[in-house]
Parts: sequence; C-alpha cells; structure tokens
Amino acid sequence: MPLSDHLPNSGRHGSRIEFDRVSRVYSGADHAAVSDVILTIEPGRFVVLLGPSGCGKTTLLKMVNRLIEPTSGTIRIDGEDIRQMNAATLRRRIGYVIQQTGLFPHMRIEENIAVVPRLLGWPKESISQRVDELLDLIGLPHAYRRRYPAQLSGGEQQRVGLARALAVDPSMMLMDEPFGALDAITRLRLQDELLAIHRQLGQTILFVTHDIDEAIRLADEIVVLRAGQVIQHGSPLDIVTAPADDFVRDLVGGGEALRRLSLIDAGSALNRNGNVRNEGLPAVTSDANLRTVLNLLLQTGTQKVTVTDENGAPVGTLGIPDIWSAGLERGTES
Amino acid sequence: MNLLRESWDYIQTHQDRFLEALRVHVELSVYSLLLAMIVFLPLGVLAARSNRIGPAIVGFVSAARVVPSIAVLFLLYPYRRELGDLAPFWPTSFALAVIALTLLAGPPLIINADAGLRAVDVSILENARGLGMTEWQVFSRVQVPLALPVAIAGIRTAAVEVIASATLAAFIGAGGLGRFITSGLTLYDYSLLLVGAIPVTLLALSAELSLAGLERLVTPPATT
Repeated sequence: MPLSDHLPNSGRHGSRIEFDRVSRVYSGADHAAVSDVILTIEPGRFVVLLGPSGCGKTTLLKMVNRLIEPTSGTIRIDGEDIRQMNAATLRRRIGYVIQQTGLFPHMRIEENIAVVPRLLGWPKESISQRVDELLDLIGLPHAYRRRYPAQLSGGEQQRVGLARALAVDPSMMLMDEPFGALDAITRLRLQDELLAIHRQLGQTILFVTHDIDEAIRLADEIVVLRAGQVIQHGSPLDIVTAPADDFVRDLVGGGEALRRLSLIDAGSALNRNGNVRNEGLPAVTSDANLRTVLNLLLQTGTQKVTVTDENGAPVGTLGIPDIWSAGLERGTES
Repeated sequence: MNLLRESWDYIQTHQDRFLEALRVHVELSVYSLLLAMIVFLPLGVLAARSNRIGPAIVGFVSAARVVPSIAVLFLLYPYRRELGDLAPFWPTSFALAVIALTLLAGPPLIINADAGLRAVDVSILENARGLGMTEWQVFSRVQVPLALPVAIAGIRTAAVEVIASATLAAFIGAGGLGRFITSGLTLYDYSLLLVGAIPVTLLALSAELSLAGLERLVTPPATT
C-alpha cells in the first residue's frame, strides 16, 4: 500500500472551521471564558488568535478538538457538527502542537512522530517512510530517529512536535503558543519554517499567541480577543493601521509605525524614476519589507538601496523619502 | 573468621536442611510480593485517579506503616485457621506468613504507584488526548510508562522489606532462613545465626540491586 493512501488530505485544501455562537463558562467563574463567539475560518487560512492571558484564546482553540466542550453553541468542521464525531477520531484528524512540545519523554523521536499513524494502524513500513519524510520536512537528520526528546535542544524538540502534528497530513492544525518557550532567534527561524510548510501544504492553521509581532509575522488573519469576546478580526495590516478600539491599540502598542513598515514590501513602495542601475548601493529583493530596508539604510549610511527582482536584476531604488511616503500613505488610507 | 568457617561447615553438613529453608524463604518472599503487587498496585492506581478517596487511601496506608511486621504476624495469629483456609494448598503457618508479608508490602506499593502516576505532567497527558489517544491509551502508553520508575522504586522497597521480614515467619513455624536465626539466638550459637542472617542479607541485596537496575532501564534518558 503506497504511503499516499494513508494521507487522504494530500493535494487537498484545508478545512473550514465555524464557531456558531460558542460560549464556555467555567463553574465558579464570574464571567464566561468564551462568550458568544461567531467566527468562520476559511479553508487554508493561517489565523492567529491574539490576546492577553485569560482572554479565552486557548479555551477557544481547545474547543475545536474537544479538549474543552462548549457550554453552548456549535462548532462545525467542513459543515459537520463536531459533537456528532467521536472525540478521539476527530483529534486524529487535527494536528495539535503546544508550548513545551508535550513530547513523550519515554519515547524515541521516531516513536513520538509516529504516535498518530500508529493510532490509525498504519503498517510499519509506511510509518517508517513517513518518519523519514517528516524529518526531511522539518530539517532534522535521520540519525535523530533513535534519540530521546531530552537529548534534543528546545528548538529541535519543537520541530519534532511540529512533525508529530503533521504526521498524517491533517487538513487543520491547532497550535497553542508553540514557540513561546524558545529564544528569539530560534523562534524567528521556526516561524519562517512554519510559514513555508503552510505555503507548501495549505492546511488551515489556528494559532494562539499573546505576541503581536509573532501574530503579524505569521497571520493571514488576526482575531483579537478580550474577556472571551472577539474584539477585532482582520488582516494584520487592518489590526495595526485601524485598531477597533483602545484595547487593540494598546495591544499593538508602541512602535506601530515600524510594524506598519514591516507589512509593506519594497516592491510596492518602489521609486521607479531615475537611474535603476546598481552603482555599488546595497541591494534588497522586492519582497523584503520596508522595516528591513530602513534598517539597512541606517546601518550602511547610504541614501538609497537598489531593489532587485528574484533574479537579481535591478528594478528600482528606495530612499528614506520613499519609505516615509509609503508609510504615511498606508497609514491614512484605511 | 572462625565463626564464618563454622557457619560454612554447618551448611556443608546440613545441606538438605539449608536448601529447604532457602527454598521456603524465597517462596515466602516471591509469593508475598507477587500477591501484594496484584492487590495493591491497582489500589495505587485507584488512589491516583480519584482526588476524593486517593488521599484517604494514601493517608491510611502511611499511618498503618508504623505497625511493626512482627506485630502484624502476631495480630493475625489468632485467626490462622480462617486465614489458612484461604489458601488450603499451603500449610497453615506458611499461608499466614504470606498474608502478613503481603500486608507489609502494601504501603510502599500503593504510595509509590500513586506518587508516580500523579507526578506525570498534566500537559503531557492532555497532549496525548489531543493527539487522539483514548483514555485507556493515555493511561497505558503514556502515564504508566512515565510512572514506572517511581513504582518500581516502591517494589524495590517492598521486596527488601519482605525478604528481611520473612525471617520472622520462623516464629510461627513457617520455616525459612529465619529458623537458623531463632535457633542461633536461643542456643547462643552465633555461627548458626549467621547461617540464616548472611543468606538473607545476600537475597535482600540482590533484590535491591536487580530492581534498581530495572528502575534505571525504564527511566527515560536525560541528556547524554
């Protein structure tokens, strides 16, 4: 039986997740942890649930795989009410990654990755082949198969956690602050890798964080939560440039002008006038963001940088005035 | 050294008696420990799974631990007929000794099973559920393996206690290596006393070492 037969989602799109007036009240609490949430996550979207601790983002996430049951309301996956499904069966279809990896310390890396395929009763050869594929995908050497989690660094462990969640190529992933315990550099690298994996596999991702910068880097859409309610739902640019209220403005916090720059790529702010030939100016590709460009200008002390396409051919230049007007434009247009 | 030599000579000249006592001692210990594991490990699991009766069980068992083993033996002695009937395939005194030793092995088994299971990180258990394990799979594939080192430490304590206390079985005529010790004490014959004491010590030590090895074997490796 070829491996692809075990991966029914291959080549398909992600799942649609619908929250229909979902609430969750914990006994003894004076207000609902999640209150009357109406939210639709379109297939294949990378959606970040953002908010301070206690805002209900983790509760909302855990209701999707029924680790927490709603007090009222309905959650549907691809139109099907999840209460109609067996909880264990449902969970095997959903990738799940938490902070501190949750790897099983008594299992080798290969066994950790193989947990869900094994629950689904895959034959040994298919599991082994899939473990190798996943190690390749997350960039760990095959020699790690026989190691135990404690023998890996924090970043490597979190990669294994990601591989385990991806093992059966689920159509959706739930991620609860997966990079929260990592150092800044490792976190950035893993964020990039997660984005690459999402581009490649196209599953729906629901990702919880309290870190606005992480949300902006990763999200197609951000859902801002406070006291169990959705305060704002929009693209990262919407959230940064048009916060719904003071709460969101505070959350986005200082440095919002810089954050705005990090959302605009060099190609779109390009000054196409004048000489585009490379005259020893520092160069960036057109998908670099303006924050990076500004940083480069300040570092090198030059007036302009050359912007190139992906083949390295110059397409224009960018200077401080261009960045300034681009930032101003985007800030006022919404 | 003379004493040891005399003990050795005794064993040489009374081989049958020595081997019989050794066999009884080992059987007493093994049956008691196995019986105790069958009865008390599930009780430890029950204690760990219930926040209502769990602390009550562990509290009671910890308190019961202060009763000395010899007292357990003599407390049960008046009921030897009834207790003996529970295991008609064994001599009454042997059955009585097994029951007393089984009770003695209970506390470390219950306390360690409970502590080991409770020490497993709840986020690991929740993650196991989140990946789609059933409650039984979470228990058998994750919680039990992670609790095993602590539980085995309890078995080790129980084994040593049982092997050492099995010497007291001689007081009620159940045999075992304790008979050499009691006779040695009554006759002021220290070489005879050592014929019992040294093998008991070696048995206890080997149980301790082999179970400690097993404990290491099931402990997940840390950074190497």
